[in-house]
Amino acid sequence: MQTLGVTDGRFGAFGGRYVPETLVPALDELAVALEAALADPAFHADLDGLLQHYVGRPSPLSDAPRFSALVGAPVWLKREDLNHTGAHKINNALAQALLACRMGKRRIIAETGAGQHGVATATVCARLGLECVVYMGEEDMRRQQLNVYRMRLMGATVVPVTAGTRTLKDATTEAIRDWVTTCPTSHYIIGSVVGPAPYPRMVRDFQAIIGREARRQMLERAGRLPRTVVACVGGGSNAMGIFHPFVDDAEVELVGVEAAGHGLDSGAHSASLTRGTPGVLHGALSYLLQDAHGQVHPAHSISAGLDYPGVGPEHSHLKDSGRATYVSVTDDEALEGFALLGRLEGIIPALETAHAVSWIASHRGRWTADQPVLLCVSGRGDKDVAQVSELAHAPG
Amino acid sequence: MLTARFDALRARGRRALVCYATAGHPDPERSIALWQGLEAAGADVLEVGVPFSDPMADGPVIQASSQTALSHGVTLEAALDLVSRARLGIPVVLFSYLNPLIAAGPGVLRRAAEAGVHGVLLTDLPVGSDPAREAWLGAGPLAFVRLVAPTTPPQRMAEIARHGRGFVYLISRLGVTGVSAQLPTDLPETIASLRAVCALPICVGFGISRPEQARLLGAHADGIVVGSAIVRAAGESVDAAVALARELRGALDDRAS
Repeated sequence: MQTLGVTDGRFGAFGGRYVPETLVPALDELAVALEAALADPAFHADLDGLLQHYVGRPSPLSDAPRFSALVGAPVWLKREDLNHTGAHKINNALAQALLACRMGKRRIIAETGAGQHGVATATVCARLGLECVVYMGEEDMRRQQLNVYRMRLMGATVVPVTAGTRTLKDATTEAIRDWVTTCPTSHYIIGSVVGPAPYPRMVRDFQAIIGREARRQMLERAGRLPRTVVACVGGGSNAMGIFHPFVDDAEVELVGVEAAGHGLDSGAHSASLTRGTPGVLHGALSYLLQDAHGQVHPAHSISAGLDYPGVGPEHSHLKDSGRATYVSVTDDEALEGFALLGRLEGIIPALETAHAVSWIASHRGRWTADQPVLLCVSGRGDKDVAQVSELAHAPG
Repeated sequence: MLTARFDALRARGRRALVCYATAGHPDPERSIALWQGLEAAGADVLEVGVPFSDPMADGPVIQASSQTALSHGVTLEAALDLVSRARLGIPVVLFSYLNPLIAAGPGVLRRAAEAGVHGVLLTDLPVGSDPAREAWLGAGPLAFVRLVAPTTPPQRMAEIARHGRGFVYLISRLGVTGVSAQLPTDLPETIASLRAVCALPICVGFGISRPEQARLLGAHADGIVVGSAIVRAAGESVDAAVALARELRGALDDRAS
């Protein structure tokens, strides 16, 4: 039966569907289409084929001998940076674009922070012949000019967002406004495990291929499950993707690394889980950076992809239930992680990933030689090289 | 008080003019003057917008007014203070996103009622989305006004009408708040479908700014809601916004003659 105002899609107390009434039928339609697609072998065949032959999956699991020597325990790298377009984002963008085709929606909307989700969405839209409109904060467009150019090369329209903080938060708000206006003909490809139900669960399920592969690869290569899985958390899609298949493995510790920006006490950070309180933003109840009046507090991170005041509701649930632990790393520490992995392993990680690298590096001695650590390298750092080199040459 | 107002209008064959204004815009003092002016111009209900940092259902005009109000430090508690100071004789409906209400805590509904608020309308709490919070809002001292969208299927319209109090707010068209040159041609049919399953008065909002739109909708709906056009005019001057309300009042009343 077509339920009225479905309340599923909660993770404990978190999640839900806090949206304008106009979008309720669109979310119902999406939930029904998703269920039908997941039950259809043809959908899986299309998706699996593209993931293998277009994206390049499965992504490798690399050992990291010199980084491991530093840490004092074997560190394994799940190489989402080697995917087509250079990040994990394409796993979700591709699956949602195929779903949009099934729903007969030929116009795609997306928001982007660092530009990785925007690039992934522009890419799959080019591949599938879909119209693509990407909302991006003006500040992020400045930080990530290369990605803006890449999106435009692939035929996407990139719309600068000048409201509020001109970053991911405002790009997401603007994308929702577009969708409220165009939902009968457009599909909104949210890039993270955020937003109203069914998005957080859907995006997690489309990203869980990271963890499924990594779990299998760990058993093959390391002969055991990791002691700790570490991933960076902004909205939290690469973390949810790699965590999910390990949630039932009680002996595996799950650690999400948030951006502490200028420091947790500076007021300029993106550590929603560490310092936020539950609130509603962009359609879901989750930990949120906000003031006493329920106004959303601007986030800050050196990394555009983590620069978001909210977080996926399932992370809030994993935090409150104690199943996952959330820590944070400052801008300066992330820059050290950025340089470290390049110097030791010849892998320049995205600034987002660099937060997780830095946390592991600063916890050397925490693990013994028989306790492998699995790190999700969510993306590659090419997009960040210009920004980091500017910082390195900046006076003071 | 909302119900009494609509009953009185119905008895006289009149349509409701519902005016929206963002609390604290253009600034706190002029906000009060604006509301009093709108009442004097013949508004039947005042919707007081609670400024929010991330108004995802609002177009550029109301977004900008919210930013202005926030820059004056006007959040929910300050908005209630303004309502209390305005001492209006018409019912006031608080128009808010959910998060400021959650942050204000469970006592906020009583505080709002004491300040002179009669109803509450939330842009991001659709029927069925959060039964516990909906029950809290429904059981409190304020009439919990619900929204119907052009995408809402008939069965859900009935469900929303059953949960609503005071009146039902029908969103005229897809999209965010803002002025439109044209309203959807099938709007009368949408109103009729809602009317078939809804005993409450129906007020139509989004995109309404002109007397001819008011006149047209007056033939089908129980009232109209004017938001962005009032806010835009208020950005010029309080007098301009009040003049617009008077003009729309005239157009609505004209219809009957």
